[in-house]
Amino acid sequence: MDTPRTPVVIPCAAAVAGTRLPPLRIEITCTLIVAAAIASRDYQDVHHDAELARRKGSPDIFMNILTTNGLVGRYVTDHFGPYAVLRRVAIRLGAPNHPGDTMVLTGTVEEVDGDTVTVRVVGENGIGRHVTGTVTVVLPGTDEGTDTDTITGTGTDTDMGTGTGTGTDTVTGTGLDSANLPVRRPG
Amino acid sequence: MSDAVEGAFAARLKAYEGRPAAVAGVGKDRVNAPMIRHWCEAMGDTNPAYTGPDAIAPPTMLQAWTMGGLSGHAGRAEAYDELLGLLDQAGCTSVVATDCEQEYLRPLRPGDEVTFDAVIESVSDRKRTKLGTGYFVTTRMDLRVDGEPVGTHRFRILKYAPARARPGGRRPRPVINRDNAGFWEGVARHRLLIQRCTGCGTLRFPWLPGCNACGCPEWDTVEASGAGTVFSHVVVHHPPFPAFSPPYAVGLIELAEGVRMVGNVIGVPYDKVWIGMPVRLEFARYDDELELPVFRAQDGNGG
Repeated sequence: MDTPRTPVVIPCAAAVAGTRLPPLRIEITCTLIVAAAIASRDYQDVHHDAELARRKGSPDIFMNILTTNGLVGRYVTDHFGPYAVLRRVAIRLGAPNHPGDTMVLTGTVEEVDGDTVTVRVVGENGIGRHVTGTVTVVLPGTDEGTDTDTITGTGTDTDMGTGTGTGTDTVTGTGLDSANLPVRRPG
Repeated sequence: MSDAVEGAFAARLKAYEGRPAAVAGVGKDRVNAPMIRHWCEAMGDTNPAYTGPDAIAPPTMLQAWTMGGLSGHAGRAEAYDELLGLLDQAGCTSVVATDCEQEYLRPLRPGDEVTFDAVIESVSDRKRTKLGTGYFVTTRMDLRVDGEPVGTHRFRILKYAPARARPGGRRPRPVINRDNAGFWEGVARHRLLIQRCTGCGTLRFPWLPGCNACGCPEWDTVEASGAGTVFSHVVVHHPPFPAFSPPYAVGLIELAEGVRMVGNVIGVPYDKVWIGMPVRLEFARYDDELELPVFRAQDGNGG
């Protein structure tokens, strides 16, 4: 049967609510914890000195929150590709990531609103749930002409700028591509 | 702390809400390719958007541009140092980050000089956590480049007094009395004994002085075959007790003989226990004195 096709812009075939992202296993090593702590400019002793970490009641060094944040962001952009633009990452930490453990990140597309996709991410390690979080990402793949149509009226702007109090959120409705977002085209 | 002292202290802490945590902070380094590369190497992030002449910084690096590094924080406000100092004095000397919420308004590129201001959004009441007792402090930072907002960063830390290492760590001992001594003697010989009423033949567990069905005080025992199924179960996450490491599954096991008993379910992750799961009795030794019946998950369908 010939189904009439309306010009609905689906930014990415994978971006359907309920879609599960393939899991990402991350081996938690001392090297990862220390290298990422230093790369994030975090010199708290609990992220590189096991003896001092133990004196503070931790069995070993543990991953810092900036690293978890970076890994969660990476997990989502790995999936959606280099043209996906992170707009928001919100995470909560639970069971710490200690060396020798493995964290498995899983994600589920929670909502697709125009070109804006919200992904729920969970990272489990051997002792429990290390991280739960929500990542909002804007996907490319819409042409300039259709962008405005897709974005108008989807309400994405209320998600974008919540609480910034800077007034910039009012622009996003029309200015997503041109003003605020690094829409990077191949080549 | 007494309630009155605690109340007064809480009020002092609350007074910091709305006060600045950082004023006119300037990132120690401009956004730059080497730091971006080091970050990507550490994270294993090979996204091409972060390399090359048009590189942007990974958005999740936002906070990194504001970090004090080894030489300490620039632009940290007096109020924030005071608040942390107060908490230190109250014994909450340890800190752990619990939440991070970031919004990215525009990408950062090499050469950008990040400036920032932050406010103390909230200080929680005193909370008991697994790590120890303490207070959650939430700050909210606005980041700018050339005066233009580029992102926001809400951050929550727990300032806490580390819970003392618990003495011992031995499991609690069973209370053995004349009514249940026979059961524990059986455990010592690796036999799980069920009481049987010699009046009416009803099996009973746990051990009791008389029969619930007919009231008869006479009994003998039947040895359990060791087969059983999970009748119900719970997962213990919190609070932790000495010698127990949550999360773990506690099963209500229906023995093949028909009576039910509580025991640990082993040989399966805590979240993979299911009602109806076949289990098999084992005896687990926990220390020199203590052996307990536990139930090992058996291969079965439906899992």
